Amino acid sequence: MPILSHLWIILALPLAGAAINGLFGKRWPQSAVNSVAVGSVSLAFLAVLELVREFSHLAQDQIPYVGNYFTWITAGSFRVDFSLQVDQLTIVMLLTVSFVGMLIHIYSTGYMAHEGGYYRFFCYLNLFMFFMLTLVMAANLIVMFVGWEGVGLCSYLLIGFWFLKKSAADAGKKAFITTRIGDLGFMIGLLLVFWTFNSESFGEIFLQAGHMRAESATHVGVLTAICLLLFAGAVGKSAQLPLYVWLPDAMEGPTPVSALIHAATMVTAGVYMVARMHPLFSRAPIAMFAVAVVGAVTAFYSATIGLVQTDIKKVLAYSTVSQLGYMFLACGVGAYAAGIFHLMTHAFFKGLLFLAAGSVIHAMGGEQDMMKMGGLRKKIPITYWTMLIATLAIAGIPGFAGFFSKDEILEAAGAGPHANLWLWLLGVIGAGLTSFYMFRLVFLTFFGRPRFDEHKVHVHESPKNMTVSLMILAFCSIFGGWFAAPHLVGGTEYFEHFLHPVFSSYAVQAATEQAGSLAGNPGAEGGMASSPAMELLHALTGWPVIVGILGLLVAWWFYIKKPEAPKLLAQKIHGLYLLLLNKYYVDEIYAALIVRPLLWISTNVLWHGVDQGLIDGIVNGSARVARESGGKVRELQSGNTRSYAAWVVIGAVGFTVLLLGILGMVVH
Amino acid sequence: MSVVPISWYLVLSAILFGLGVIAFVFKRNIITIFMSIELMLNAVNLAFVAFARARNQLDGLVFVFFVIVVAAAEAAVGLAIVIMLARNRESLNVERINLLKF
Repeated sequence: MPILSHLWIILALPLAGAAINGLFGKRWPQSAVNSVAVGSVSLAFLAVLELVREFSHLAQDQIPYVGNYFTWITAGSFRVDFSLQVDQLTIVMLLTVSFVGMLIHIYSTGYMAHEGGYYRFFCYLNLFMFFMLTLVMAANLIVMFVGWEGVGLCSYLLIGFWFLKKSAADAGKKAFITTRIGDLGFMIGLLLVFWTFNSESFGEIFLQAGHMRAESATHVGVLTAICLLLFAGAVGKSAQLPLYVWLPDAMEGPTPVSALIHAATMVTAGVYMVARMHPLFSRAPIAMFAVAVVGAVTAFYSATIGLVQTDIKKVLAYSTVSQLGYMFLACGVGAYAAGIFHLMTHAFFKGLLFLAAGSVIHAMGGEQDMMKMGGLRKKIPITYWTMLIATLAIAGIPGFAGFFSKDEILEAAGAGPHANLWLWLLGVIGAGLTSFYMFRLVFLTFFGRPRFDEHKVHVHESPKNMTVSLMILAFCSIFGGWFAAPHLVGGTEYFEHFLHPVFSSYAVQAATEQAGSLAGNPGAEGGMASSPAMELLHALTGWPVIVGILGLLVAWWFYIKKPEAPKLLAQKIHGLYLLLLNKYYVDEIYAALIVRPLLWISTNVLWHGVDQGLIDGIVNGSARVARESGGKVRELQSGNTRSYAAWVVIGAVGFTVLLLGILGMVVH
Repeated sequence: MSVVPISWYLVLSAILFGLGVIAFVFKRNIITIFMSIELMLNAVNLAFVAFARARNQLDGLVFVFFVIVVAAAEAAVGLAIVIMLARNRESLNVERINLLKF
């Protein structure tokens, strides 16, 4: 069992790649940098595959497998080990992260070929892989936090990759500072966890949480506080309301970065964390409800913004925020497996969408405005077909990956143990909007007449190393969801079945039975849908599918049948259109409520008041006292001999009086 | 797992501190000088932590927290000064920052 007993190898590979490229890559040719960067990540992926093989031989009582390497921190009773663990959830995350990461590394070798700072880009990208793998393999909250902050750092570095561009540098800072607000909550949550359980390791926390009684108000209160604080971190990292504002701006970074960090992996870290901490969340119903509400509202809200954006990457960014909302909705209604399932399929199709968008931008020579594209279908066929597949997947058209996962989420929100009609409704409307804005994107980009000067822009298909990644991800966007396919005809849902041990081992007693019935026997909904054919029919005619197809048709009508219709509609409901186009003015509201008051206080109180008034006042004031008293004393030196003589007399008299006085005191 | 003896930590700390001093004296770029100060501070931190661990007491760790806080404050103020210098003098070379020279 070479990998299982040496889990650190998976982490060491990308770290070594980052170190080599960072230290020596500057003087190396691109091919050498490529082989180090892609090689290290590919080896990590192979190591993960080997790990999966070894993992499949483990007995159930050996899972989670914990590898303890050394004691990292000891301070009094506080003790943290550097330990990594593997269970089914880790396996899913490792496969997703390393596989998508590898493809995006390969794609980047083509996309970034003409950019400066080539070695720097791959150094950061490899470093990101290291931190992301640390995050998902961590066996305690502190090691997880290292990965959590590390991916944030790499996100900052890569958003601001073109740091000479002011908007990119600003976007990097915005991402870092906004997520920091959430991370403050996360850190307080970590402290509260240690205060409650006297440990930070998952196994110990979950064991103790399992003994907590649901009737005890203090227990539930503490768990709720912990979960809400941890969730605050997830809200920042995974760009949910109200801290989502950094993600659309993060599109300033290179497109492969948007695909890897801001779509497929880092932003899903919050979802993974909530799923990992499920024994705590399951025992804190209020926190669960908060997660579900934030998820559902974000899913709907950012989908509405996506409707009117014209920058191809901005549409995808709001779409990512919206899809992350679905994952949180799934976790919030207790369907953790469905959330992780959507996380995986989303990594495939959203990674693909971004990479294909990058290919479009590459083909257009840097143009990102969809209004200046059009008719690209014939010119870049591979990009077109792969992007169409990803769009069908995200829209939830049956047969594609997104259909299975989104269907499961909405099913859990509508009929699961924590079902809520309003959240389900928001999710379904959001699904319709998703389908609309995604097909709008495809129709505007690839159909109709070209809206650019064909003599100036030489549209060309991207090089092989880019299109290969596109095709592999397209394959996954179709078949990545088929683990769940037998479920539609009444069989087992293999994905949920695989994750079942993770989510049932520490489950609340009552919830276990429900989860069991969900996983094992979906026919429990009623005798109506008993035959496989009926089940299939039932799934294919559900609301998510109907609204998905409706969104497609509306987009087709607006952007192909009647291309002048969108403008007319925008004029008719001008106010709403402006509101959406300006993203509900949230950036402006935050600027007015937080940024500007802070700047005002810094300028007027701290700078003009404290710094210039108080501190400069004291420094300059003591100088002035010295100068002015010196000036007064200087007047003694008048050069007038008689005045000197007078002073001598005054001095002598004064001294005599003083002496007499002292003498008198001594005598008495 | 064998325990690393405390002398090793102290030697490492001394080496780091020495490197910091050397860089502090010989470097001309003000940001590098700044970084060498941080290196010296962290060398001292390492010695604190090593002693705290060897003696199994928390006092050293508390000091480290103070040092970290001071270093953070120092970094905030120091970098602000560096930025102002860079803007006004258009150079980070300490030898060119000599307005107060006698």
